[in-house]
Amino acid sequence: MAAATDQATREIPYIAAITEGVRQSLHEFPESFVIGEDVAVAGSVFGIYKGLLDEFGEKRIVDTPISEAGIMGLGVGAAATGLRPIVDIMFMDFIGECMDEVSNQMAKMRFMFGGKAKLPVTVIMLGGAGMSMAAQHSQSLEAWLCHLPGLKVMMPATPYDAKGAIIAAVREENPIFVILNKISLGITGPVPEEPYAIPIGEAIVRREGSDLSVVAIGRMVHEALTAAEELAGDGISLEVIDPRTVQPFDTATVVTSVKKTHRAMIVHEAVRFAGIGGEIAAQIQEEAFDYLDAPVARLGAPFSPVPYSPPLEQAYMPDAKRIAATAREILGR
Amino acid sequence: MADAPSNEVLHDMHERMVRIRIFEEEAGKLMENGKVPGALHLYVGQEAVAAGIMVHLTDADQITSTHRGHGHVVAKGGQFKEMYAELYGRAAGYNKGMGGSMHISNLDIGILGANGIVCGGPPIAVGAAFSNKYRETDQVAVPFFGDGASNEGAFHEAANMAALYKLPCVFVCENNGFGEYTSQKRHQAIRDVADRAAGYGMPGVIVDGMDVIAVYEAAGEAIDRARRGEGPTLLECKTYRFYDHVGVRGMGIDYRSDEEVEEWKRRDPIKLLEDRMAEQDVLSSDAAAAIHERVRKEALEAIEWADASPYPEVETLLNDVYYDGE
Repeated sequence: MAAATDQATREIPYIAAITEGVRQSLHEFPESFVIGEDVAVAGSVFGIYKGLLDEFGEKRIVDTPISEAGIMGLGVGAAATGLRPIVDIMFMDFIGECMDEVSNQMAKMRFMFGGKAKLPVTVIMLGGAGMSMAAQHSQSLEAWLCHLPGLKVMMPATPYDAKGAIIAAVREENPIFVILNKISLGITGPVPEEPYAIPIGEAIVRREGSDLSVVAIGRMVHEALTAAEELAGDGISLEVIDPRTVQPFDTATVVTSVKKTHRAMIVHEAVRFAGIGGEIAAQIQEEAFDYLDAPVARLGAPFSPVPYSPPLEQAYMPDAKRIAATAREILGR
Repeated sequence: MADAPSNEVLHDMHERMVRIRIFEEEAGKLMENGKVPGALHLYVGQEAVAAGIMVHLTDADQITSTHRGHGHVVAKGGQFKEMYAELYGRAAGYNKGMGGSMHISNLDIGILGANGIVCGGPPIAVGAAFSNKYRETDQVAVPFFGDGASNEGAFHEAANMAALYKLPCVFVCENNGFGEYTSQKRHQAIRDVADRAAGYGMPGVIVDGMDVIAVYEAAGEAIDRARRGEGPTLLECKTYRFYDHVGVRGMGIDYRSDEEVEEWKRRDPIKLLEDRMAEQDVLSSDAAAAIHERVRKEALEAIEWADASPYPEVETLLNDVYYDGE
C-alpha cells in the first residue's frame, strides 16, 4: 500500500498528466523515443503527445505507417539493442494486430534467451467504453496481457497515477503496458510538477471502510468512490482499493482489507467471464476463506461486444449505481 | 559488381559451411535417435547463404534467425558446446535450456534469436536497425526468413518501415522452395520473392544461394549500402533444404520427389566451393578432408560434453521471466 498524494497542490487533467509523464521520461532517458501511429505531427488522436514533436524533434517522436505488428516488433528489437522505446498503440483494441509481437516475442524473449535480453519497453494504449466508439474501439482487454508471463500491466485511474505510472513504466527494465482510459482524459486531479513514479505492483486504498472491500480496476475506481459516498449516507462503509497495477497483482493489500471487512466485490469494465475479477476472487478465497462472510461478488460487462447505441453502452458498463446495489445486496441492507 | 572474395575469405566461408554441415548432420542423428528432445529444423543444403552473409558481419551486427536457425548461429560464431547443450535442454546451453532449437540465440554475438514463429524475426530486426541508426553506429541488422515467411503480414510491415526510415537492414530471403511442406508454386503466385522489393522502394537482388561466392558478392554490396545509410535491400537466395522440414527423414510426408532432391544435391554448396577452391589451388581435397575431420571431432566432443552437462534446476524456472536487477 502506498501513501496518498497529499503533497500535490496543482490540479491538471489526466490528459496533461500523461503528456507530462512522457515528456519528463524523454528528458530522463536520451535513449527513449515515442513511436506509433499519428504520434508526431498529429500529437496522437487523443492529443496525449501534443507539443512533443516540437520539443524533441523527429528522431524521438516517430510517426509510423499503420502497422501495429511492425511497430511492436520494432519496439522489441530496439529495446533488446539498447534503446528504451515508448510504443503507442492508440486504441488497445488494435493489439490484435500485433499480438504475436506481444505474446510470442516481447513477453518471452528474455526467458527464451536464458535471461540474456533486457526489454525496457513501455506500451501506451487507451481502453474503455463510453464514447460510442463501438465494439472495436472500446474494449478492456487487460486480461489478455495479464495472462502472459513476462509482461507487466498498469491501469492508472487518476491524473496523479497516470503520470506516475508512465514514468515508472519507462524506468522499468521489463516490458510494461500502461492502459489509460479514454473517457477519463478530462478528469482533473492533483499532480506534482516534478517527475515521480508510482510503485509498480502496489495497490492503494482510495477510501477506508469497514463493511465491504471493493476492488475497482481502472476507471471503475471513480464509480466505486461515488457509490461509497452514496452508501455512507446510509451508514454503509465501503473500502475502495485501486490495484493500479494488475500484473503483478498486489494480493496482500486486498487480502488485508478483506480480513478486516469480511466481504469483497471486484469491479471491472471488461467482460465478467474470464476477466481478472475471477483471478482476484480466487486469490481472496485461497488466502482469506475463513474470513469471508459472503461469496466474493464480481461486477463486469455482460458477455457481449461493446454496443454502439448510447443507452445500451451505458447499460453495458458497470457504474456507481450497480456497485451500490450490489453492495446492498451483499450486506442485506 | 562487388569484389571477389580473397583466398582468406574463401577459407573462412568454407570453414563456416563445413561447421554448419557437420553440426547439423550430428544434430540430425541426435534427434532421430531420440537423444535430444523437441523438433529440429535442419539447415543442411542452405549453408552458402549463412556463410556468405555472415562473413561480412561483426559480433556487433545483429541477425534474426528462423526456426531453421542452427546454421545462422554457427555461421555467426556460435560455439558447438553451448549449442548442443541447448539442444539437449541443459543449463550450459546458450539459453540455459529454456529455448531449445527453435529459439537458440546468443545476444553477445548479435543473435536476436532463432524464432519459432514464421516471420517473427523481421520486425525485431527492423527494431535493431532502428536502434543502430538512432545510436548512430555503423551496425547492420540482417533478418533471415524464408519464402513462406514472405507471405506473412509482418514481413510487409517490417519491409515497408525499414525502407521508409532508410534503416541499415538487409532482408535475406532464403527461398528454399517450401513453406513447411507446401511448395512455393502452391503458396505464392510469384517465383521471385525479390519482386516484392519494388513495392517497398528498395532494391531486390536475386542470387544463386548454392554458390557462396555469389552470395558473398551480393551480400557485400547490400551490407555496404546499409552501412552507408542508403537503406535496406531485399536479397533473395535461391536454395534448397536437403533434409526434411523437420529432422532428416522427417515425417514421411510425400511432398517432393527424390529426383528433385537429388538434382539439388548435385549442386551441394560445399562441394561447389571445394571444387572451385581446388581449381584455384586454394584448397586441396586432402586439406578439405582434414578440415571435415577436425570439425567432426570437435562436434562429437561437444556432444559428449553437452550430454554430460547437468539439466537446469527446477528452482531456476522463474529466474528469467522478468529482469529483477540480477
